[in-house]
Amino acid sequence: MMRQNPGPAPLLEVRDVSKSFGAVAAVAGVSFPLYAGEAHALVGENGAGKSTIVKMLAGVHRPDTGTLVLDGAPVDFGSPAEARAAGIAVIYQEPTLFPDLSVAENIVMGRHPRGRLGMIDRAAVRAEAEGLFSRLGVRIDVERPARGLSIADQQIVEIAKALGADARLLIMDEPTAALSLVEVERLFTVAGTLREEGAAIMFISHRFEEITALCQRVTVMRDGRHVSTDPIDDLTVEEMVRRMVGRDLDALFPKQEVEPGAVVLEVEGLARQGVFRDISFSVRAGEIVALAGLVGSGRSEVVQAVFGVDERDAGSVRLKGKRLRAGSPRAAMAAGMALVPEDRRQQGLLMDLSIERNVNLPRSGALARLGFLFGGGERREARRWTERLRTRYGRLSDAVGTLSGGNQQKVVLAKWLATDPRVLIVDEPTRGIDVGTKAEVHRLMSALAAEGVAVLMVSSELPEVLGMADRVLIMREGRIVAEIPRAEATEDSVMFAAMGQEAAA
Amino acid sequence: MNATKAATPRRRMAAPQAIFSTVFKARESGIVLALILLIAFTATRNSRFLSAQSIRDILLGTAILAVLAVGQAIVMITRNIDLSVGSVLGLSAFAVGSLLRDNQGVPVIVALLAGLVLGGACGVLNGVLVRFGQVPALGTLYALRGVNYLWAGGQQINADRLPESFLDFGNQAILGVPWLVLIGLVVLAVATIVLRGYRAGRELYAMGSSPQAAELAGIKVSRNTIAAFLVSGALAGLAGVLFAARFGTIDAAAGTGYELNVVAAAVVGGVAVFGGSGTVWGASLGALLLTVIGSCLAVLDINQFWQQAIVGALILLAIGADRLVASRVARALRKRDSHV
Ligand SMILES: Nc1ncnc2c1ncn2[C@@H]1O[C@H](COP(=O)(O)OP(=O)(O)OP(=O)(O)O)[C@@H](O)[C@H]1O
Ligand SMILES: [Mg+2]
Repeated sequence: MMRQNPGPAPLLEVRDVSKSFGAVAAVAGVSFPLYAGEAHALVGENGAGKSTIVKMLAGVHRPDTGTLVLDGAPVDFGSPAEARAAGIAVIYQEPTLFPDLSVAENIVMGRHPRGRLGMIDRAAVRAEAEGLFSRLGVRIDVERPARGLSIADQQIVEIAKALGADARLLIMDEPTAALSLVEVERLFTVAGTLREEGAAIMFISHRFEEITALCQRVTVMRDGRHVSTDPIDDLTVEEMVRRMVGRDLDALFPKQEVEPGAVVLEVEGLARQGVFRDISFSVRAGEIVALAGLVGSGRSEVVQAVFGVDERDAGSVRLKGKRLRAGSPRAAMAAGMALVPEDRRQQGLLMDLSIERNVNLPRSGALARLGFLFGGGERREARRWTERLRTRYGRLSDAVGTLSGGNQQKVVLAKWLATDPRVLIVDEPTRGIDVGTKAEVHRLMSALAAEGVAVLMVSSELPEVLGMADRVLIMREGRIVAEIPRAEATEDSVMFAAMGQEAAA
Repeated sequence: MNATKAATPRRRMAAPQAIFSTVFKARESGIVLALILLIAFTATRNSRFLSAQSIRDILLGTAILAVLAVGQAIVMITRNIDLSVGSVLGLSAFAVGSLLRDNQGVPVIVALLAGLVLGGACGVLNGVLVRFGQVPALGTLYALRGVNYLWAGGQQINADRLPESFLDFGNQAILGVPWLVLIGLVVLAVATIVLRGYRAGRELYAMGSSPQAAELAGIKVSRNTIAAFLVSGALAGLAGVLFAARFGTIDAAAGTGYELNVVAAAVVGGVAVFGGSGTVWGASLGALLLTVIGSCLAVLDINQFWQQAIVGALILLAIGADRLVASRVARALRKRDSHV
């Protein structure tokens, strides 16, 4: 068993593990090492099995075959508690917060600092939470309940929770999906420090610039199988993508040029106290308008108010000249508007229902008008859209909750695309979606615009904004501060407007 | 290092908290208001309602119901429900009654402990069945009641067969506070401290707030669930002893239908049906309200049937109010910026 050339022994080794769910082989014979003091990226398309690996390391799932070797000895985690006790902290892909409890308590749950008589030391709880947030450079009120936090803030709380556990192995499953650039940088600084202190890090992301910035080694997975493990410097991004997808990818942003038609969506003087004000803009048929800006600048709130999910205090929304009733998503949908929300788990899907049911949900009124739902029609429609988005699933009748994170996103997209909207509002269209499908989502949006749909897109990804938008509206602190046409939109001009004085300083 | 932070004005963070304490106060002050109106109205109709005897009856009744409601609140916080409490109360009352009838020398404290242990055992059984057996909560209600009927048959234990000291315990006071009320207050205080100040208590809230997240956070969900049922069962057993001491007359039907009142007390007192929030103090206040309502109806000579109907209506009202408040709060929280 002696090795010829013994490098440092890995902190944890994944050895030939497999895991199936019914007929789906989620992970099949995967092996790779995690070294102390090293950040290790795990990449692969949606449904490749990344989160399943995470859950085996976290004690949520037991491997069907194969072993996990910790410090040279095989371990068998029977529960998340055991993995935690072994020094493994996990940021899961889905938020796992307790909505009724305070942010601080969410962070320390299960390991509350204790004082006199074994009682919880409230001051210490508070101080620990605030200390973690200041390390991450964010300010979140630690006493407020977790219910109602924005997605970005939820993700920050998850990160703080994992950092607070003082782990030897920190696993992060797409922790950055909802974060802005500044927050990602902060996270990476903190992660870098942990790594230098000797912790092992496992990092999952669909953004390659993050992977190359943080990680020293990368493991590629495809269809549940291990493809390769290499030092990051030995691998170009193109090669990584080729191994993930198993083929060469075509150009990333195939935007079609479309001559815009009549104005379809008109928003005037929209305001909500303390959130945004003076929001006026319009979108023409065939046009793609991007709403850009930093996370927290009020973009998602604006589109939610336009669609009527949230109330508004002032202003009007017109669709083809007809005024929409405020605060009524039903009216907006009836008029031909669709919104793909930012928070897809909470607002977009019914986890226990089947894929086909979820895809057809917004239209079940229309489909059922004949008196009953046609199972066949429902299935055909669901298959068409999920296939266009390359969704990976076992059967259409499976519960949406069993899909991988990215595939759930695709189902939400499919669901709204299937409504055949005249105005499509998409909040972060490609969040959590793999490279291969990103291009497909963009192609679809572009094709819809070409068919005369007015598209309004909120996006934090600059390449997406620059590649897709005919016009870019930039929000800062609840107001639209600039409008930049496609020809003048560059990384610099958009970022400058979004940051305002901060960038000038 | 928090110098800058401390200097930051807290104006934005005040909002959600203010909403929370308002909601909290709204519930408690609503109950207090209802109590005042109810008592005032009944007192003007019948002056005997405010006699010392009547007030004592209300307090003793509240004490027993509150002990049950505290246990129920603990279970409901974990997103479960214990429908066996009435049956456990009946079983414990009859068992302890028989024990005392046959052994007149047994001290009160032993009787109380016997009730706690018997109830706790029933609670563990209940918890295991609910957690691992997928037995509907109603199952144990009928099973335990059935045991009680088999055992007691048509028997009735009467006050004249019970030791004097035991009956005194049920009806006398120490320093002006009836023993039963004292016990109720101790139970309430201990439960409050554990739920607010100890890891175990906070884990119960976490489990009710998100069962999946609790599992992922390494909380021992099964163990805690069974523990919650154990406490609820033990308190129901204790309540059975208090019941026996207060009434002296026990048959196989003792405590029948109590579970509805207990759930109502908890829900009216602000314990969420879907777990994760509520306090034992609120549940006890709910117990007081329900006892006063029962007493008013009796004084006003209103049909027993109405009492059931009113309890049912109160539950629905409380759940409806919870839903409404929850969605308001959620909206308000979403509106505010979370950053301080
Ligand atoms: N609990 C489950 N029940 C059934 N199937 C499951 C379950 N969990 C995962 N799967 C399946 O296992 C496969 C791998 O899923 P996994 O979540 O590991 O993917 P992933 O690589 O994390 O993808 P993504 O990038 O979309 O997050 C998917 O096909 C998924 O449908
Ligand atoms: Mg995943």
